[in-house]
Amino acid sequence: MTAQTTSITQLSADDLTAPPLSLWQLAWLRFRRHKLAVFGCVTLVLLLLYSFGGAFVRTEAYANFNDTSRRLEPPSSEHLFGTDSIGRDILARTIYGGQISLFIGFVAVFIETILGILVGALAGYYGGKLDAFLMRIAEALLSIPTILLLLVMAKFFGGKIPEIHIAGRTFSGSVIVIIAIIGATSWMYLARIVRAEFLSLKENEFILAARATGTSNFQIIFYHILPNTFAPIIVSSTLSVANAILAEAYISFLGLGVQPPTATWGNMLESSAKYLDSAPWLWFFPGMLILLTVLSINFIGDGMRDALDPRSRAI
Amino acid sequence: MFQFILKRLAQGVVLLLIVSITLFLLMMEVGDPIATMGGRTVTRPSDRERLTRQLGLDKPIAVQYLYWLAGNDWTQIDTDGDGIPDKSGTRLGILRGDFGKSLVTKKPVTEMIAERIPNTLILMLASEVVTIFFALIFGIYSALKQYSTLDNILTTLLFVGYSMPIFFISLMSMYLFFILFKKWGLPYLPTVGMFDPEVGKTPLQVLWHMILPVMSLSVIYFAAYSRYIRGTMLEVLSQDYIRTAKSKGLPRRQVVYVHALKNAALPIVTVVGLDLPFLLGGAVVTERIFAWPGMGRLFLDHLSRADVSVVMGSLMLVAGAVVVFQILTDIVYAWLDPRIRYT
Repeated sequence: MTAQTTSITQLSADDLTAPPLSLWQLAWLRFRRHKLAVFGCVTLVLLLLYSFGGAFVRTEAYANFNDTSRRLEPPSSEHLFGTDSIGRDILARTIYGGQISLFIGFVAVFIETILGILVGALAGYYGGKLDAFLMRIAEALLSIPTILLLLVMAKFFGGKIPEIHIAGRTFSGSVIVIIAIIGATSWMYLARIVRAEFLSLKENEFILAARATGTSNFQIIFYHILPNTFAPIIVSSTLSVANAILAEAYISFLGLGVQPPTATWGNMLESSAKYLDSAPWLWFFPGMLILLTVLSINFIGDGMRDALDPRSRAI
Repeated sequence: MFQFILKRLAQGVVLLLIVSITLFLLMMEVGDPIATMGGRTVTRPSDRERLTRQLGLDKPIAVQYLYWLAGNDWTQIDTDGDGIPDKSGTRLGILRGDFGKSLVTKKPVTEMIAERIPNTLILMLASEVVTIFFALIFGIYSALKQYSTLDNILTTLLFVGYSMPIFFISLMSMYLFFILFKKWGLPYLPTVGMFDPEVGKTPLQVLWHMILPVMSLSVIYFAAYSRYIRGTMLEVLSQDYIRTAKSKGLPRRQVVYVHALKNAALPIVTVVGLDLPFLLGGAVVTERIFAWPGMGRLFLDHLSRADVSVVMGSLMLVAGAVVVFQILTDIVYAWLDPRIRYT
């Protein structure tokens, strides 16, 4: 009889069962098994490295430098992705364009999430007239095609925000405009999800208990109910990042988005349709980068949905 | 049921009022309508003032909205600015079917929209039909063969389609089917417009020019629809009555296509019904790339020139259709599913 087996036989039943896993540990275990989600994570990290790490390889001045004698050059060892219609290096522009595109995607969703949580929580918790009012606004916004509403708003705010200078770099004010309007036109779905969660959660006994002990409404909303709705919020927000990046690309493609010389993947494509035949590298690289980003975020979102779904029992 | 419809209609009217006020406020700052109207000829300040008064832009915004909504034929306008009204208004307002006149073409907006709607509908409905057809085939197949190799491959590809920016798939398909096919001497597809001006607008020409835009649009919609159909099919297939049908010894074909599909189709009807009105808005990006003269192009062209009545008109048309289709979808749903009762 070895020492090891002795020790096991001497253990009580309680010692033999592993400690229960927390929700997040379980979620992580399930997420890891979702191969596409892991692939999405790796790709997204690579894309972030490409756009933010790439800044150490190419300067922004180089990305905006145009040499008109070298217009529309096909990819070569000097310009790996070729040059655009006024002779700028496309590789360097995709690096800086990626920064703006990803920045817009994440910050717009941050705004969207805050708006969605606030509206959904207030409507769901208080109900009544406030609920009716907030939900009518949401319905009104949902009854106009998002892209058309975005275009109208882009035109409305266009050119009103001055250029911004941060850390020695100049950004077109349109970046702020695009972030704001994407945030302002996309919170409705999240608000509906949060509202539905609040409607059912607020009827639970633990809320009654909290009320009985004199907890304020603010505390109940943000400390007692909200943490229980994190799972659907995280899934919805993750998928929203993909939509926000697509939305930016569409508005910029139509020429109403971020204005040059600030590059984004979307506005790099704007005039490239004219060079469909003569310079396919103009639209291929930015298009491919948008596709990869959106795809990897959608994979991650799908993985999170599976991982955080309480009905999913698989570990 | 009748009461339910009345209630929904009343809610819809309120909703449309909110939408129209919001949009009208946004329209105040989209550009300079006077510059659009007069082109470059309006340089004298007096001309600008006269046009401003003619368009009613000197009035407070609430009055402008009222004129847009209910018309101004019951009042007098002061066109020369001497404080004495000298001309009676001619607008009837959107409530009486007068969407106003375009500042660019000087034609009634209703006429311009009526010209574009068929073009948009032919494109969008064709994409919708193609999408639903393939999405049904794929959705049912992958639900029946869940986690098979082909299901896994197709589901992954669906993600690619779902994540695809429409301009990217459009540009790639144009490059392949137009430029490369032309280079290889194969019959190539046209990429621009609705028909070849030398041949004229024959049904065959339109069909031929439709292939690429419809294909691009379908790839995007297909992904979303088939994921949805796969999901509802899987849910229905795991229900007890399907097991009962199977254990009764019914042929598999009948269980899947009659018992399961009937119930799985219910949520799909809702999704399609709610998506249909948005087709009226056209596909802005696709119509732009393929130079398709539809509603999306109309909207884009006139928004860039601050042609408020056209932009407002097309947006309100879509919003109105959304409200109507929401009610219709509810009614159809209740008719299809006897478990649903509206009170």
